[in-house]
Amino acid sequence: MGAHHNDRHDAPDGHGRALRLGVGGPVGSGKTALVAALCRGLGRSMRLGVVTNDIYTTEDADFLRRAGVLDPERILAVQTGCCPHTAIRDDIAANLDAVETLEERFGPLDLVIVESGGDNLTATFSRGLADAQIFVLDVSGGDKVPRKGGPGVTTADLLVVNKTDLAPLVGADLAVMARDAEAVREGRPVLFTSIREDGGAPGVADWVSGVVHSWRHRHGHIHDHADGPVEIPMPLDLA
Amino acid sequence: MDAALLLLADSRLPAGGHAHSGGIEEAVRAGAVTGPGDLARFLRGRLATAGLVAAALAAAACELGSTCDIGSARELGSAVIDAPAPSANARRRPADLASESTAPEPAGGPPEPIVLWRRLDAEADARTSSPAQREAARTQGRLLVRTARRIWPSPVLETLARAVPEGAHHPIALGAAAAAAGCDPGQAALAAAYASVTGPATAAVRLLGLDPVAVHRLLADLAPSLDETARAARTATRTAARPERGAADADSRWTPCPDGEGTADPDLAGPEVAGDAWWAALPAAAAPALDLLAENHLKAATRLFVS
Repeated sequence: MGAHHNDRHDAPDGHGRALRLGVGGPVGSGKTALVAALCRGLGRSMRLGVVTNDIYTTEDADFLRRAGVLDPERILAVQTGCCPHTAIRDDIAANLDAVETLEERFGPLDLVIVESGGDNLTATFSRGLADAQIFVLDVSGGDKVPRKGGPGVTTADLLVVNKTDLAPLVGADLAVMARDAEAVREGRPVLFTSIREDGGAPGVADWVSGVVHSWRHRHGHIHDHADGPVEIPMPLDLA
Repeated sequence: MDAALLLLADSRLPAGGHAHSGGIEEAVRAGAVTGPGDLARFLRGRLATAGLVAAALAAAACELGSTCDIGSARELGSAVIDAPAPSANARRRPADLASESTAPEPAGGPPEPIVLWRRLDAEADARTSSPAQREAARTQGRLLVRTARRIWPSPVLETLARAVPEGAHHPIALGAAAAAAGCDPGQAALAAAYASVTGPATAAVRLLGLDPVAVHRLLADLAPSLDETARAARTATRTAARPERGAADADSRWTPCPDGEGTADPDLAGPEVAGDAWWAALPAAAAPALDLLAENHLKAATRLFVS
């Protein structure tokens, strides 16, 4: 949540380790599709790892492995015991273990993406687990969702509104969603995507690149003891 | 340290326990547990077997951590403190008492506390016949050590992390964490007994939609048994740690943790005569049904819980 929050970033020292990016959001909004798109978009320029938090199966991990976007061994699945939000917020031990396992096996890495199991609008990642987080909504949940807010929508470093191609079919007004999101997010960025139609999410990938670059700049040097929050670039693209 | 015990046993301790069902998920799938009556019997059986064994191992680990390790671990110096965090990577190699840790060890073999932790962990392995349960116990232990190292920094936990980098069995980790938190072995046993039934009970509430108050009533009914199990476990560790003099030849010359006196005769103390022969006398109650549930659980197509 970085640049717009004054509270200290109390994650363990980040020197030399990968940026940890949380991707959360309701079931079916396109989290896994976004993660796959990010792997495709960033896989050539960055060393990646992915941790999935499937609710009931290893479906997301399997999907990503089948998609061929990343070496299957770089994708780990974590079970969450019926409580996906617990695993990313209240008890992050298993996810941290998975992240560090990936870093030890394949490190050094630039970016480890932790995909939450689908959850509700209050689910956010602990700062002990994620250095930055993306919340993914889709238009088919209705254009009122951004106005309803909730910590995921209001405080995520980036809000992604996916499936814009469905807007006319479900009567969702993208302008309303953009306006409401801007109001509740106090200037934090929002990106509208149609991952299926566009075959990717280049805008989101660019944003992530910026965050990773900033992280590397701040934490890449062993003698650099700056320990502030991640500097998050702030594109406000309401295309 | 009663307050420390409450913190250690609290289900909110962020050490990954919430994702383990202790066999309940598979028991529910198999139709063996369908309601509060079945659950009560399941918990009672689990406490009498896995719970008792875990309690005894936790008490032994707490005793080892409390009386034997701190001074020796400090002597190990930065090599221990700089040891890497336990990680799942280490699981790729088999648990082997003679194998090298990820950190270089001094010439002449690993230091004694390292050897003792490995031997106690091997006792846990010997009491866990299902590979799936071993894996689950090591995962939980690894996560607990990871968490406890930051909450209760202690040479005890650093030594254990170095001794068993793939993750010690959960009861061993719990006993070491209890020692680091200032709890005594009896309290460590109680925490282990408590965890052996509260985890599955909570999982059953989630899986079957049971009335949470009714399930807590079941746990309250079990409370005297929990106390009794912890007492029995503690008694077992005292017995195991105090063999009759002369009863075990060379082994009896060395006492692992006699009433906080530390390691005994320096001429005799050493890995070759360590107290594992006495730990072998700790309870080893088997629960084949739990073993089968754990194995079948791993094969299930869909799983909410790790175990």
